[in-house]
Order: sequence, then structure tokens, then C-alpha cells
Amino acid sequence: MAAYDLIVIGGGLVGGAIAWGAARLGASVALLDEGDVAHRAARGNFGLVWVQTKGAGMPPYAHWTRRSAELWPELQHAMTERTGVDVALRQPGGLMFCLSDEELESRAEQARRMHNESGGIGTRVLDRAEVRALVPMVGDRVVGATFCPLDGHANPLKLLRALHHALAGAGGAYLPNRTVTAITPQAPGFVVQAGGERLTGAKLVIAAGLGSRDLAPMVGLAMPVSPLRGQIVVTERLRPFLDHATHVIRQTEEGGVMMGDSHEEVGFDNGTLVPVLRDIAARNLAVFPHLRDASVVRVWGALRVMTPDGHPIYQQSERHPGAFAATCHSGVTLAGAHALALAPAILAGALPESLAPFSAARFHVQPA
Amino acid sequence: MTHDCVIVGAGPAGMAAASLLARHGADVVVLDEQPAPGGQIWRGIEAADAGLRAVLGGEYAAGAAAVAEFRASGASYRPGQSVWNITPELDVWTTPADGAGHLRGRTVLLAVGAMERPVPIPGWTLPGAMGAGGVQILLKSANLLPQGLVLAGQGPLLYQLATQCIAAGAPPAAILDAARPADVWPALRLLRPAALPYLHKGLLLQGTIRAAGIPWYRGVTRLRLLGGDAVAGVRFHSGGQDTEIAANLVALHDGVIPAQHAARVAGCTHRWDAAQACFHPVLDAWGSATVPGLLVAGDAGGIGGAAAAVHQGRIAAADILRRLGRLDEAGRDRLAAADRRALARHLAIRPFLDRRYRPIALVPDDSVTVCRCEEVTAADLRAAVAMGCQGPNQAKSFTRAGMGPCQGRMCGTTVTTVLAAALGRPPGDVGHARVRPPLKPITVGELAEAT
Amino acid sequence: MFSRRDDPRAICRFIFEGQPLEAKAGDSVAAALLAAGITQFRTTPATGAPRGPWCLMGVCFDCLVDIDGQANRQACQVTVAEGMAVRRMYGPRP
Repeated sequence: MAAYDLIVIGGGLVGGAIAWGAARLGASVALLDEGDVAHRAARGNFGLVWVQTKGAGMPPYAHWTRRSAELWPELQHAMTERTGVDVALRQPGGLMFCLSDEELESRAEQARRMHNESGGIGTRVLDRAEVRALVPMVGDRVVGATFCPLDGHANPLKLLRALHHALAGAGGAYLPNRTVTAITPQAPGFVVQAGGERLTGAKLVIAAGLGSRDLAPMVGLAMPVSPLRGQIVVTERLRPFLDHATHVIRQTEEGGVMMGDSHEEVGFDNGTLVPVLRDIAARNLAVFPHLRDASVVRVWGALRVMTPDGHPIYQQSERHPGAFAATCHSGVTLAGAHALALAPAILAGALPESLAPFSAARFHVQPA
Repeated sequence: MTHDCVIVGAGPAGMAAASLLARHGADVVVLDEQPAPGGQIWRGIEAADAGLRAVLGGEYAAGAAAVAEFRASGASYRPGQSVWNITPELDVWTTPADGAGHLRGRTVLLAVGAMERPVPIPGWTLPGAMGAGGVQILLKSANLLPQGLVLAGQGPLLYQLATQCIAAGAPPAAILDAARPADVWPALRLLRPAALPYLHKGLLLQGTIRAAGIPWYRGVTRLRLLGGDAVAGVRFHSGGQDTEIAANLVALHDGVIPAQHAARVAGCTHRWDAAQACFHPVLDAWGSATVPGLLVAGDAGGIGGAAAAVHQGRIAAADILRRLGRLDEAGRDRLAAADRRALARHLAIRPFLDRRYRPIALVPDDSVTVCRCEEVTAADLRAAVAMGCQGPNQAKSFTRAGMGPCQGRMCGTTVTTVLAAALGRPPGDVGHARVRPPLKPITVGELAEAT
Repeated sequence: MFSRRDDPRAICRFIFEGQPLEAKAGDSVAAALLAAGITQFRTTPATGAPRGPWCLMGVCFDCLVDIDGQANRQACQVTVAEGMAVRRMYGPRP
């Protein structure tokens, strides 16, 4: 007999949200995690709840993202209520600053395309004066921006902590140092070998980030993910000057400024490279010249978990029903949907039709 | 531009290595944060007058010759330069940038010395509480004499500073000596004959303090600093009773530990040294770390003191000359032979000192601030462990310990020891939070122009 | 709090919080302030707690001050200069 209703492999933001989402509905849940040193994309996360450009070319992803942004306030409320941790959600809208007319025109065109593909989200083009009215500190090189009122941001580290905390509060088990070495499908249920222990569960979710690639085949799934490095620069705490979310720079509720958004295919190297950091700093100085004298206190490289097309994978195994795949590179943006929409579906044993397009089957070459 | 050797730090080890390398014709660059050579131990030595040298003692005065030799060596000396990044490819990035961009070394020698072990006790963040080393630096570099100073904690530096203050006519108001009386005999058993000159010196220091009639409380425990906006007093337990004394200047000390961030950022493997209760880089007999071409000498590789550091610097330099093809193995071994003998002599006292002055504040009480920058308490760390946190990297995410401008220098070791105690695992297993650039803050503007 | 040994170095005048102070040429800003009896250099960005220098060697970052309009300089790593304007830091920098 299965000891757990649900075993979630991967203690990051995706696994944490699903595990808590299931536990809060009364399921007995085990969340398996590695130790102190893991790839842990959650630790390097930028912290956006970002709608504006998500799902370009894939309307179901755009709609799923919007749903998550809508569910986020409920998630935030639940975290505060159950754990006392304020995950610092702010959804004042998001800006994409443009430094030339060509850039602004191209951004406007992208926004029109998104609108036509997947419906309106209120994105509009702002000129410099309008941008300044929202964010007075922007420099003269900013010619304009696109603005989407649905965008926001949150503190990814606090979110991870809150999810772990809330899971425990809902009676779930957070089990660190449980690197999974084998999964054996039973009929019904699954046996998981992890950290020298044997755990059994009626259902199973693989949300192990970059580790998912090797685990998925054990239950008849495919999760062809690979690392895509992003480097991030963080400053000392500054007085608040930027409430809005932007895709390359944001000010945290503590006052530090994060800048990032590099995309590097460098395998599993999560180091940093000065030329990339330099470009990040230079680009953001062009937007916010007053940051010139701010001290950088930390830089890091983190590995995004990328599928071949950059979109999430959600899928139930056909060969071993009860085993699910869940992966994405937007663990904060999608946390609302993962906790409050995906987790209940997994517990119910069937993913909704709206998630069918996220099957990894889309990566397979169809037989002739 | 690529140099034969880039040395970081112009203290005893760095200067000795640079002098030897330059004498053998190697192209050496020495980067140092301070405006003048000498490191912290010989800080301000060139500017110190005869009176100050007399106050500070013979070991300090000995630095003058080392600095003079270094100045004359022909090594390229760049003061006022902070290193903010070292890559595994041996690129060394500095601030302020000197126009030449970053440096690359065929070899890099880290001679970045030690830092005072943080002393996390209640009240240690109040203005007026300083490291004893900090007070000593004020004496060395600015002729400042502490008035009404209370010295609290333990270790040789505490006694040395006390005697220096006495010699300068500013005797400390009290010494609150937290060295454990029970450690005396176990420590004495570790004494070797070669250590006797050091022991003799220590006894002389203690004799001077006694002769000066300074109140000297022994076996002090439950040390806490009192005050609201600044230190107003100290409370402690000694001789079976609680005592409170007024003070607005307290120098705390609990020994020194290697400055480990530079070696960590370059990717060197570290290990926990149980005897010294600190991490140090894994080194071979020549000071080579696990990153190819990177060597560490002096206290940065493990605490041995200034005299040992000089010889460690020269031993590392001998191997660098071999790596550069300027010496063969036999030549290297010959060059280093006398230094090896001298090093053994100087290290002979360490087992005694490490045992006698075991740290007192490795596992502070719940209310004590561990991370001064982000104001994270020991209780916060323990709460993270209660939630399943397995080590300092996750603890950093959950509590922000180590995320402030000091880059975790002031909390890193304590975070490890607090977590280790809470998890019931050895500190070496628990490890240290990953160190990322910049080693010292650079501005966004500087980063945007880094070439 | 601190007295000064006989020191032949030239006097150097600087401004702290709008008030003129004297230091010795070559002092770090931290040494100059401590010599003048000032131990509180800033309040922290996290909770507003008072802080002053701890290590005097560039490690602790507790001696941060505003120097000539530049926020968060390490007072122990900057040499005082004639006419320099030094201010306390209160909380996060602008």
C-alpha cells in the first residue's frame, strides 16, 4: 500500500508549488529534494510574474500564464496566512524599456502579434514622457517602452521558503538529501529509491528541473530539458525607485536591484563571465544612469531549465498513469497556476484539455 | 597582459615571495588594498617613528627590513588596488581599474592573510565594539591610543594589544579573559621544544600585564555588551559571579582565521580544519591549491603567523620559479630547504595555541546577530534548519545571511558552525556558502566599463 | 575614547555632518572620526540599527559613510583629505 498519496520529486519552485497545492487539499505528500548543493534554479530566479511576452507563438502558454498571474494574489494571501512569510508580490504592471525607435517599433509589433494570437492583455506603447511619469528615474536614452498592466514580481527566495513552510503546515513531508536513483512503477503506484530510502506513492510528479531528463524515462515520460545560463547582477540596497516589473531589471522589496537576462548555452557551468556582466551593467545604466555609483554586491550564474521550444511540459504518462511531468523556466510566474490549478488536476488524476498542448509529444518527429 | 606571477597581498608572505621571484628575474605584479606595503601585521611600518616601533615591539619593527627588501626587489607594486574577481583561468580583476584592464598570471599567489574571527556575542554590533585587531590597526596607522579600553575574549593578540597599550601609556581598563582554564593542561601536552621561545614570549606578555596591575578576570563566560545606541558596558561571569563594568570602548577577540574568499571565488577546494576551527584551502607542500597555477601562502592558507608566512611565501615562490622553468626540481628543493626548516620551527607553537585558545563563540545563543549586514540571528538560522534546510547555500536563500556588502566574510564561518550544530553534522560536511564575485564591491559604472 | 600619541604629521581639516573637524594627514576617514570621539557612522538598511567600524581593514563594511556625496564608502579604506565632506549614512542609499 502506498505510503503517500503523492510523491513530488524536486524541491524547487515547481515541485514546491505542486506539493503544497496538493497537501492543502488534504493529500499526504512527500517532497523529495537534494541537499544544500543542487542546481536549484529557484535560487537564481529573477522573480518576475511576467505576462507581457510569455507564450508568443503558443497561445495556450499565453493563456496559462495569464491564469497564473490571476491566481497569484490568492497564492500570496495563502502564504502570508499560513506561514507569515510575505512573498512580496507586487503587480503594478511591467515595462520593457527601449533605447531606440527601431527597438520600440519592434516591441510594439510583438505586442500586436501577441494581441492577435492570444487576445488582449492591455499592453500599450508609451513614449518617453509617459515612461517618466511612471518611473521618474529613467535616463534620456530611453525613447519609450511597452507597458502591460498584468505584469508583476515577487521574491522567489521567500516564495520557496513559504512553500516549504506551508507544505509542512499542511502535513506534507519535506525530505532533503533524497537524490532519486530509481523509480519503479507498480500497479498501482510507484516505488522511489531516494537517498538510501524506499518510498511509495500512489501518484508521482517529476519536477526535478535539469534532473528530470534522466528520471522521466523511468516512468515512460520524456522531459528533454537542457540548461540555459542566465547571469544576474545585484546591487546593495537602494531607496525605492522602481516599483514596476521589467524583464531585465527590478528592485526587490528589500531595496537591492537585480539586473540580468543573459542567455548562454554553456552546459552545466553556472559560473559568471565578466564580459556578459559588463553588458548587463551597461545596458541598465543606459536606462537608469543614477545606478552608476551603486555598489554591486553579488553576481551569479544560474541555469534555466529549458525545453527545446522554451515552453513548459505538463503530461501524464500513458504507460504508467499516475506519473506526471512538470517543468518550465518560469517557476515564479507559473507558481499560482501550479499550486492552485495544476496540483488539483494531478490529484484528480487527469490534466485538463487546456494543458494537452504542453505534452512532450510535440518534440517527437512523427512517424512517416 | 600576462605576467609570470600575480601576487595578491603585500604582507609578509606576498612581499617575501615577490622579492624572491623578482630576484630570480620573474615578472611579478603585487596587488594590495593598502596604500603602503606591510599587510596588517606590519601596517604603517614605513611611517612609524621610533617611539611607535618601540611601543609595538620587535616583531613589528622587523617588518621594516622586509618592506625595504620588497621595495628594492623590482617587483611591480600596485597599492590601493582591490581584487574583485579571480577566475579559474587566472584572470585577476581589480578596482579601481588601472587602465591596463584585468591581469592574467601564468601563476597567481594569494597572500591575502587572515581576518579576525567574528565574535558573535550579544551586543557585538553596537558602535564602540571593535575587533582587537581593529584597535591595533588604529594604533599602528594613526597613532590612536584607546582610553578606558576593555579587552574581552581570548588569544595572543589580546595580550599583545594590552602590552602595547601599556607601553604607550594607555593601559586598558580591564581584561576579560575567556580562555578556558580547563584547556591549559591539554594544551601544554602539545608543546614541543621548538615552541619554547614562543611560550616564553607569551609569558613575558602576561607578566607585563600583571605588573601593570590591570584588572584581569579569568575564565570569563556569558560575555555580553550592554547599551542602546552604543556600547555602555559589559556584563560577564567570572569567579563564580556576574559582574558588570561600564565601558564605551570594547575590543573583542577570538583568534584569527584565513581570509578565504579570494581562494573560494577562484574555485579552490577547501576543507575544515578541526584544530583551528576554520576552513582553509586544500594545499600541497608548496602551497599549490586545487586550481591549476594558483598558490596560497601565509595565513590565508591556514593560521601560522607572520614569521611562518615569510617562509611560506618563499617556499611558494620557489615552486613558482620551477613552474616558470627558471629552476628544476632539485634547484627548487635546494632554494626552499632553509625555509622549510625555519617554517617547522615557527609552526611548532600552533598545536599549543590552537588547543589553548579554542574559539568561544562558534555557536551563539538564539538572540545573537550572526550576519551583521542583513541582521540575521542564530535563531533565524535554526528556524531554517527546522524547515529542512541542509546547509549554508539554502540558509542564505531563506534568511539572507551572507547577502550583504561584506559578502559573508563576517558570518560565513559562524553560519557553518551554527548549522552544523543544529544538524548534528561536522562543519566540514555542512560546508561554506558559495562565494561569488565581486570579492569587494565595485560600482555598476565600473562593471559596465570592465575590460 | 581615543587619544593621539605625539604625531608630527600635518593637520588635515575636514567636515563631518557640517561641522569642521581636525585629523592628521594620512589618517583613514574612520580613524579621523574615531579620534574625534565619533563611533556611530551609520544606521543599517535592514532595521535602522546604529553601527560603527569593527575591523578597520576593509572586511566588515560597518564603517560605511557618505564622502563628498558618494554614498556607502568604506571609511577605513579612504584616506582623509583637506576639505573632505563626510556624512553619516541613514538606511539604504538613495
